[in-house]
Amino acid sequence: MELSLYRQPLITGDEVTLGQITDEVLKPVEGPPTRNWILGFSASFFFLLIWLVAIGDTFWNGVGEWGLNKTIGWAWDITGFVWWVGIGHAGTLISAVLLLFRQNWRNSINRSAEAMTLFAVICAATYIFGHMGRPWLFYWIFPLPNTFGSLWVNFNSPLVWDAFAVSTYFTVSLVFWYVGLVPDIATIRDRAKGFSRTIYSVLSFGWTGSARQWVRFEAVSLILAGLATPLVLSVHSIVSSDFATSLIPGWHTTIFPPYFVAGAIFSGFGMVQTLLIVARSVLKLEKYITRDHIETMNRILILTGSVVGVAYGTEFFVAWYSGSEYEAYHFFYTRPQGPYWWAWVMMISCNVIIPQILWVKQIRTNITLTWILSIFVNIGMWFERFVIIVLSLHRDFLPSSWAMFYPTIVDIGVFVGSIGLFMTMFLLFIKYFPSIAMAEVKLLLKTQSEQSQKLQAAGEFAHAAAHGNAYDSPYGDIVIASTTTISSTKKTGGLHE
Amino acid sequence: MSNSKFIVASYNDEDLLKDGVKSIQAEGHSIFDVFTPYPVHGLHHMLHVPRSRLPKIAFVFGCIGGLSAIALISYCNGIDWPIDIGGKPYFPWPDFVPITFELTVLFASLGMAFAYFYVNGMYPGAKPDIFDERSTNDRFALVLAVPDTNNEKLTDLLKSTGVSEITYKEFNKR
Repeated sequence: MELSLYRQPLITGDEVTLGQITDEVLKPVEGPPTRNWILGFSASFFFLLIWLVAIGDTFWNGVGEWGLNKTIGWAWDITGFVWWVGIGHAGTLISAVLLLFRQNWRNSINRSAEAMTLFAVICAATYIFGHMGRPWLFYWIFPLPNTFGSLWVNFNSPLVWDAFAVSTYFTVSLVFWYVGLVPDIATIRDRAKGFSRTIYSVLSFGWTGSARQWVRFEAVSLILAGLATPLVLSVHSIVSSDFATSLIPGWHTTIFPPYFVAGAIFSGFGMVQTLLIVARSVLKLEKYITRDHIETMNRILILTGSVVGVAYGTEFFVAWYSGSEYEAYHFFYTRPQGPYWWAWVMMISCNVIIPQILWVKQIRTNITLTWILSIFVNIGMWFERFVIIVLSLHRDFLPSSWAMFYPTIVDIGVFVGSIGLFMTMFLLFIKYFPSIAMAEVKLLLKTQSEQSQKLQAAGEFAHAAAHGNAYDSPYGDIVIASTTTISSTKKTGGLHE
Repeated sequence: MSNSKFIVASYNDEDLLKDGVKSIQAEGHSIFDVFTPYPVHGLHHMLHVPRSRLPKIAFVFGCIGGLSAIALISYCNGIDWPIDIGGKPYFPWPDFVPITFELTVLFASLGMAFAYFYVNGMYPGAKPDIFDERSTNDRFALVLAVPDTNNEKLTDLLKSTGVSEITYKEFNKR
């Protein structure tokens, strides 16, 4: 389908109109719930109930309900926390970093990826509260005046940084997501009737889409993207400092911050693929989330997966080069040859070896294979955190303290339950909010859709060149990268009449 | 606003809208506002909408956030209750970078977002005047404030610009 030297179209199909984009994106929102949605929601809600029981048991009886022991004080809880926070990173990368780089293909996936970020960070937060032991004292992590002196928190501690980083990350992601969502909520409001109109009217904050509002909207989006970009890099760097500032072999590593950030983006894109490949076919959004979108995300998976592979290699190199016998013992014996060798094999194969098949274009463009691969990435990245946390701890400095971690039923309940919590929130999101940023996709219809490219290929390009650029070149337009606009694409017959 | 009568010209294409804006302005009429389903680039140049000052507001809030963080951390760990941690300095400034950064970003984002909602007159439950319900969907509404909607000359001018529908709106509350 090589139509021109332009990029692959971001909206496929002929005769797509603006109204049609609204109709198709809002179909799940405006229509009654489909059978698939009800089935998916029921299953997710069932797992959410399991989570409620498991986390309720943890709160009531304490973390002794988990399989922790004196040697292994962090296990599935922090594994789950890091896994979920990492998953969140892809959403911010798509919505913020790709906006700064003017990658227009982000426009159709950013909304649901950002929603994924929010829900993943909520799941991560549940692990933080879950592992506290006395969760009702959670506010002790914040520097609040108190009757102990005031005895303040220790600002040198990465755990305190983490509290600031994760809460800032959640707040900024929420603001970014909602600011972008408001124009689309106004679209629903103006089409809705009765009670739902009242609700969406409140949620839309009174958006009208006037020229001034759009100018401000774009300014705010750009600045929020600029703020969120270093933020997302800082969050997982700080999470990695929870480990890197300790003296445990396997944790005490200076490459942790970049290694964790790359891993986070890798696992996040894995989860985006898992969710969106299903969502695009169930919600019938293949026109907007095209095969090329999936292929582009696969390219990011190869890149970040390879960075993670290099990071694993660097750990081996440093274990040898440092001359530290504890490091060498950990990386050359404990991980690959110890009792948890299978977890290490899962990590290496799912994260480093299997994603390399994406170099083959036929695999990269195959949607079913991509989906299966994305599951491997999700599993592999969970095992990476398990390997880092549990394997580093289970061989203590004294052989008499060596231990194994055996998850209890409560551990398993909290883990599968957190997936239920995540899916419940995600399914509610796609039912009640547009899963695609309609305004941003409509923006691409005249420039980067298949129909506009066909018009260009049909020789209209020469016409436009003769007239020069039909419009004033925008000073700081933040979304359009290619401003080849053609005056004769005008249709006077009405796009939706 | 002295005047609450409006002529709403709805276009179904952004290029027609821009041509319409040009024709109206060429005849010396001023445009009340334009409502579009997505940001139409170049339009605010034609309408002389100034650049947004929100980035500057974000910068100011960011500075406030960063300075607050430094003040808080220095006071707590350096002045009010210095903690001896392995004989390390009481003011290890590199350790204070992460939280200072986080609070800078937090203040800048929240401050700018609230300012954005404030200048747009947006809040939960705000009831805006909607000139064309489809201007958030697939139409581009060009709105003219007029003393009297029975203005055939203006209507004819609008009709000549490829408009799909012309409606008259009146808002009483202002």
